[in-house]
Amino acid sequence: MRQASVNSKTVVQFDSVSLRYGNGPEALQDISFSLSAGSFHFVTGPSGAGKSSLLRLLYLAQYPSAGVIRLFGTDTRTIRRQEVPMLRRRIGVVFQDFRLLDHLSAFDNVALPLRVAGLRESEIRPHVKELLEWVGLAEHLDSRPSTLSGGQQQRIAIARAVIGRPELLVADEPTGNVDDAIAMRLMYLFRELNRTGTTVVIATHNEALVARFDQPRLHIAQGRLAVAEAA
Amino acid sequence: MLRPLSSSLPLAYDESHRFLPLLVALMVFLAAMAVAGALIVHGLIGRWDRDVTGTLTVQVPPPAEAADTASSLRERLHAVERVLADTPGIASAQVLGRDQLVGLIEPWLGSGDLVSDLPLPGLIDVAVAPGGAIDITDLARRLAEAAPGTTVDDHQTWLQRLVDLGRAVEAAVLVALATVAAVTAATVIYATRTGMAVHRRAIELLRLIGAEDAYIARQFADRAFALALRGGLIGLLASVPALLLVDWAARRVGSGFIIDLSVPAHGWPLIVALPLLAALLARFTAQAAVHRATGRLP
Ligand SMILES: Nc1ncnc2c1ncn2[C@@H]1O[C@H](COP(=O)(O)OP(=O)(O)O)[C@@H](O)[C@H]1O
Ligand SMILES: [Mg+2]
Repeated sequence: MRQASVNSKTVVQFDSVSLRYGNGPEALQDISFSLSAGSFHFVTGPSGAGKSSLLRLLYLAQYPSAGVIRLFGTDTRTIRRQEVPMLRRRIGVVFQDFRLLDHLSAFDNVALPLRVAGLRESEIRPHVKELLEWVGLAEHLDSRPSTLSGGQQQRIAIARAVIGRPELLVADEPTGNVDDAIAMRLMYLFRELNRTGTTVVIATHNEALVARFDQPRLHIAQGRLAVAEAA
Repeated sequence: MLRPLSSSLPLAYDESHRFLPLLVALMVFLAAMAVAGALIVHGLIGRWDRDVTGTLTVQVPPPAEAADTASSLRERLHAVERVLADTPGIASAQVLGRDQLVGLIEPWLGSGDLVSDLPLPGLIDVAVAPGGAIDITDLARRLAEAAPGTTVDDHQTWLQRLVDLGRAVEAAVLVALATVAAVTAATVIYATRTGMAVHRRAIELLRLIGAEDAYIARQFADRAFALALRGGLIGLLASVPALLLVDWAARRVGSGFIIDLSVPAHGWPLIVALPLLAALLARFTAQAAVHRATGRLP
């Protein structure tokens, strides 16, 4: 089904990618790597190294100032504007600050990607309820995010990221604001998703966490890719 | 629009949209007045047009120096009537009696000896048969041969001036409506842009989870539509008493009077449709404004 560029299982491919914000220095320089379908990668590096920037390129919040990015075999430079939303729907994102909409209930936040995709309400309802039950928020369907704890908000954010069964899941510091026990539970959750075939990319500066999960990593230092272990 | 769901953007809490209903109410009120004015003038001209089209007025001057003006004028009128009778396409020709003539000029000159002594011309009211085509120039020439000085008036000059007046009024109303529409559109654009700035982060989120521009545009368009419709209905409600008052006052002037100032019946649906038109304008303007703005986003 996927159009192949390098190999039919390549989900992400970066070729000499650089990113510059405005007229500032390059936040990312000459980055090349590829991620195959079903892989699980950490993006590591100190604060300010460029992890979030790399992820922003991955979920199409940003386009590179130089180089080529292919997502699911599609060159993002030549993609037609109307096709971008379809590409984005294949990518689930857990934002560092969650970015939940506070005027919406937990249920409506999680349902958002499906509504945006134009699904009918009858298709949305059972699916969203089931997922919120799965992340332990069955009692909070109607709660506003701001009335919930940080951990609960995070689970809403994750549920929203996976509701559309994305092929690629991207999470920016998902364990940043939670204690170690919750962090571990989250990691197992991501690994569970990875086992069902989702390609997972997680940015973190938590070395202890990375050490406990034996997964390949993309290490960034000062905007450059230092280590790219084979998947 | 009819989804019973919470909107994806918290536009309902927006200050930027607060004044939209008020402004649209005012705009619809003004538009209703302008349209009513145009319709009244239009109806008036249409009626006059119907009344005088297909009629000619033939004026036969009294002879300048004749011993017996009355009998001389009668002879001339007979000559003219014969010509008219021989002209195909004329349905009837009615000579106005002296009483009618005096009646016509009485409002201007009074009813004294002056009028009764005045040498009045003969007037013939001619009805053209429906579909009958009369060559006015040729007829005028033949009538002048029968009785020198006779003129034919087909009221076209007068009518043309009326039509010109009507056009001018209609143009003025169109300009007024265009201004009202432009002000409404500009306000919607401003409110939409402000709303987009306020909700920049939420809009970015929607886009990142796969929303198409049209989806985001719909959020703003639905809101603009609802607010404009609400405001429009208020404006319409406010204009109805004013219009009914004009209508009532006009009818009180007296039916059958040459000037009918009432709003024609077929005009009311247009006036009633104004809030919907305003709402649709707001909807499409908001939509276009969002598309313009999202077109610049990555
Ligand atoms: N929106 C932005 N505008 C300008 N500079 C930015 C922006 N986002 C990040 N940067 C800069 O890019 C560099 C990498 O930042 P970031 O990708 O957030 O790193 P990390 O996520 O590893 O902490 C930093 O120097 C940061 O100041
Ligand atoms: Mg970061």
